[in-house]
Amino acid sequence: MNIALTIMIDGLTYASWLFIVALGLTLVFGVLKILNVAHGSFYALGAYAAASLVGWFASMQLAPELSLIAMLLAAVGVAVIVAPLCERGLLRIFYGRDEVLLVLVTYALFLILEDVTKIIWGVNPFYLSEPYALFGNVDIGKQSYVGYDFLLVIVAIVVGFIVWWGLNRTRIGKIVLAVIHSEEIAASMGVNVSRIYTLAFGTGIFLAALGGALTAPMISVQPGISVGVVILSFAVVIIGGLGSIPGAAIGALIVGIARSAAVHLMPVAELFSIYLVMAVVLMFRPEGLFQRSQARKI
Amino acid sequence: MTMTTSSSSSAAASQNAYFYPALLLGLGSIIALLLIGLVIPKWLLFLVTIAAANGLVSLGIVILMRSGVVSFGQGMVFALGGYAAALAYGKLGITDALVLSLGGGLVAVILSAPFAYLIARYRGIFFAMLSLSLSMVLYGILIKSESMGGSDGFNMGRPTLFGIRAADEWSSYLNYAVTITLSGLCTLATYIYFNSTRGLVSLAARDNEIRVEYLGSSVQELIATNYLLAAFMGGMGGALAVIALGHIEPNFSYWTTSGEFVFVSILAGHYSVIAVFIASTVLEIVRSFSSLYFPNTWQLVLGLFLLAVIRFLPRGIGSLWEKRVKKQQQGERA
Amino acid sequence: MTPSSSTNIAISARGIQKKFGAVVAAADINIDIPHGQKLSLIGSNGAGKTTFVNMITGYIKPDAGSILLHDEDITGLAPRVVSRKGIARSFQIPQLYKELSVLDNMLVAVASQQPPLSFWRPARNAVAVQRAEELLQRFDLSEHSARLVGELPGGVRKLLDIAMALTRYPKVLLLDEPTSGVSADEKFPMMETVMRALSQEAVTVLFVEHDMDIVERFADRVIAFYSGRIIADDKPDVALSTPDVQRYVTGTLR
Repeated sequence: MNIALTIMIDGLTYASWLFIVALGLTLVFGVLKILNVAHGSFYALGAYAAASLVGWFASMQLAPELSLIAMLLAAVGVAVIVAPLCERGLLRIFYGRDEVLLVLVTYALFLILEDVTKIIWGVNPFYLSEPYALFGNVDIGKQSYVGYDFLLVIVAIVVGFIVWWGLNRTRIGKIVLAVIHSEEIAASMGVNVSRIYTLAFGTGIFLAALGGALTAPMISVQPGISVGVVILSFAVVIIGGLGSIPGAAIGALIVGIARSAAVHLMPVAELFSIYLVMAVVLMFRPEGLFQRSQARKI
Repeated sequence: MTMTTSSSSSAAASQNAYFYPALLLGLGSIIALLLIGLVIPKWLLFLVTIAAANGLVSLGIVILMRSGVVSFGQGMVFALGGYAAALAYGKLGITDALVLSLGGGLVAVILSAPFAYLIARYRGIFFAMLSLSLSMVLYGILIKSESMGGSDGFNMGRPTLFGIRAADEWSSYLNYAVTITLSGLCTLATYIYFNSTRGLVSLAARDNEIRVEYLGSSVQELIATNYLLAAFMGGMGGALAVIALGHIEPNFSYWTTSGEFVFVSILAGHYSVIAVFIASTVLEIVRSFSSLYFPNTWQLVLGLFLLAVIRFLPRGIGSLWEKRVKKQQQGERA
Repeated sequence: MTPSSSTNIAISARGIQKKFGAVVAAADINIDIPHGQKLSLIGSNGAGKTTFVNMITGYIKPDAGSILLHDEDITGLAPRVVSRKGIARSFQIPQLYKELSVLDNMLVAVASQQPPLSFWRPARNAVAVQRAEELLQRFDLSEHSARLVGELPGGVRKLLDIAMALTRYPKVLLLDEPTSGVSADEKFPMMETVMRALSQEAVTVLFVEHDMDIVERFADRVIAFYSGRIIADDKPDVALSTPDVQRYVTGTLR
């Protein structure tokens, strides 16, 4: 019983940050039809920016609680600075090309951003553990859990709700949904599709960076953190369905709990389990659990 | 104005005219490379060996690209071939380089076979993602397999050839010679394949699948076959790489490794088989010199290079010298 | 006194039915097409003629009924299989290999015709090239042989499309709107070329057409469709003057 609870809570925590990140990936795919290999790099940028900003706040003797604001600002900063550069400066050149070609363009962007982070922040790891201790520990049953983890869950729920509300209840959100459904029809109705692209891409990057900023206190921020995140978020959106927001939530939960179960019950299957689910979904239900885009050819 | 019918046979004839000389040139090049290898320094021997072994994997991807799909998971067959060779060496006592290499290719084909027909039903991103996920499943298995060294992998000793173990100063050349010969022969075989009826119909499938089906061929069968050919080359490349490196690790199956193979394939394009090995050598040169001089910017260079190729040379560097493609590009500009 | 299992019947459709939701595309269609006949299918869009063609080629499965090719049941078989059994088709929008030359397009058709595909025999071998060139010549396409498909004008593309279909020595050739998209002054010469090219083989031809002048000139028999039913089945001049046909197809009823 206890072990089941531990698995659920661990899985939920893992699923939370993964959901935030994957939500960004699926949004970018839904609107721009681009599967962004560099998505993990924006996660890393968020983590690094958070490390710098939190460190700066700390050096100015600001209250530790404000480090949360720092993380949020870091994510916003990354989105505001990097997203337009990437979308307008780079991706725009390749719009309309083959979908696999666009994946390769984002792969090139991933390579570039890997080194850009090394150039800006160096190769040594950053540790920002103070925020992780902000919420103390929570005891449930015989297990002690870190309070920060529950913050992640709350943030994930809030983010999910905001995105859902933004898409379904605001005017701009409905325009975005129209573009997701059919860009041609939306354009013919006078929608400025290129601005919607920028908005969606910026939001997607913000979500990736937010995921990175929030998890930065839990990891050592160093070169290479992007690499694992890319493949994990790919697994989530494939399982949930490319372009589907509920899919991102369900996919993240499945990956989070599968991994958590493996870690606690059969550690040898930790990574294997996630990618096995991804492969199985692709083999038997390639459009994912919440169908949005068309999958196999024949 | 109107050309006579003999012009069309001359079009076909001119394509045939350089086919057999190209084969002879290829064989001559292999021999020339073997001879040159006797005099070049060891580090260059090693670099070219690795470039050729990796190039084999990319050649497999080009075969698939030429039938319309891109595999983002060739790390799987690279690792399968590599681990097969390393395990055969360590656990079964098989030390012959040729046997290990061909065996690596064979193991990769056998273990990929269950997926060939299934994956051949996918296109675009989904083909790429399925191949990627399969390679990551293998990675997940390898990284936790303590019996195979886990995340550190394990080492492999020096191979023999026809029963002879080379002296220390000859071992690099032995690896080089085996790799150049095998990859050279594979390249020639691929060249023949591209010019064959099956090769032409594969190329047509990339262009218009519906028509290929209505003309009576199965595109699924074409792609599945190409997938297995790519698996053989990838597995053999993995075995050759392990022999040269003396070490195998799960990273062989990681997605970033697969990404590099795709990088080389895109750089080369599917119009020339030689372009694949040129592109692979370029990558190895950049990688080797970078670790000495610019360790924090070489990926940046690669990324920019890839973008430039996609933007300005979307058909790859092979299109620079293939006559057929030049005409096409002229036609498009007109 | 025609024996029902006569091998002189190239295509026999029995009791074919097909519905797409509420739309009836075929309501109990029965047609026997004798070998060598040049049959034209006419009808306004949505009348069911294209659906009928698609059911013959295996692209669509009929809800009920059967289709026989020279007494062999081909109902519901995949296009690839049907093609191997001897039915070839051309397309309303020519389906060609845009990145290959005209000759290479033909060579793909020639290569596909003789399975199994070889891993080493050159695609441009003498026998294949000869067959390809012979067909190109029959369709007056030889001058375009080395050109890329992307450079070709529309009428030439349609001819190439038909030539590729003919490569398979088909028993039945289906032409889907062969003169659509071809300029008015080119239509007749084009169909002349096609029919002349076909005259060397004993081929049954079905062509879907909207141009009644072409139909009158080149068809032995006309079948008119309306709402999934056959409303006329006769020689061209008779069929085209049927009131129903004039009302529902040609729009010339006075």
